[in-house]
Amino acid sequence: MLTPTHRAVVLESRVENVDRAETAAEEFAAAAGFDEPERHRIAMAVREITVNAITHGNRCEAGKKVTIDFSVSPQELVIQIRDQGEGFDASGLPDPLAPDNLLRQSGRGIFLARAFMDDVQLLSNANGTEVRMSKHRPGNV
Amino acid sequence: MVKINCRRVDGVTVVDVVGRITLGDGSTLLRDTIRGLIAAGDKQILVNLGEVGYIDSSGLGELVSAFTAVRAEGGDLKLLHLTRKVHDLLQITKLYTVFDIHDDEAQAISSYEVRHAH
Repeated sequence: MLTPTHRAVVLESRVENVDRAETAAEEFAAAAGFDEPERHRIAMAVREITVNAITHGNRCEAGKKVTIDFSVSPQELVIQIRDQGEGFDASGLPDPLAPDNLLRQSGRGIFLARAFMDDVQLLSNANGTEVRMSKHRPGNV
Repeated sequence: MVKINCRRVDGVTVVDVVGRITLGDGSTLLRDTIRGLIAAGDKQILVNLGEVGYIDSSGLGELVSAFTAVRAEGGDLKLLHLTRKVHDLLQITKLYTVFDIHDDEAQAISSYEVRHAH
């Protein structure tokens, strides 16, 4: 069976849809040949960024969508998550590992995505935020 | 879906959590449980995560919030039986340095007694 090379998922801005994003990531990563621990990390990265897109980006506003594009090449898996919010200053993100921030209740989502993926790029402007994450496929380190 | 059960062992409340601690029901139930214990005067709390295979950043935030809330009331909140994924998550986020983490329930319980004795 051929491995699908692309999948798009469009979600309404409701928190309960985060599970759908996570499941889609698990399925796509499995088809791309990632083992269970890596699938878990990829799915968690997608979950965290999707939570941000729904709650911080789109502020759970009805009518605003979150779009997730999964694609795979022989070398890598690429996931792009876009919201329709007002954007934010990505350079101003606090370091969750700083001693003063360790006991903060929030602020670990993007950090975890960066820990679990090979590369995470944020592009944010007044039209929304796009997060592009990639991970080398097994055997393509 | 998450299930939480509380039991008393030698003055310590052991909170057995089964399932996922994630944004929504899991985090909310944990928050409500800990707040209920604090309100009832139970401030020596051991959270058993042996049946928790998944915690997201929201769940981590709830654990941190529970820890600071219990400490603010003069109590202590420790963790028991981390699964591999949760252990890795606490290491990545450096929260391993914040929580007192145990692999043995009896030793964990007695660690509260030692603290009281001093």
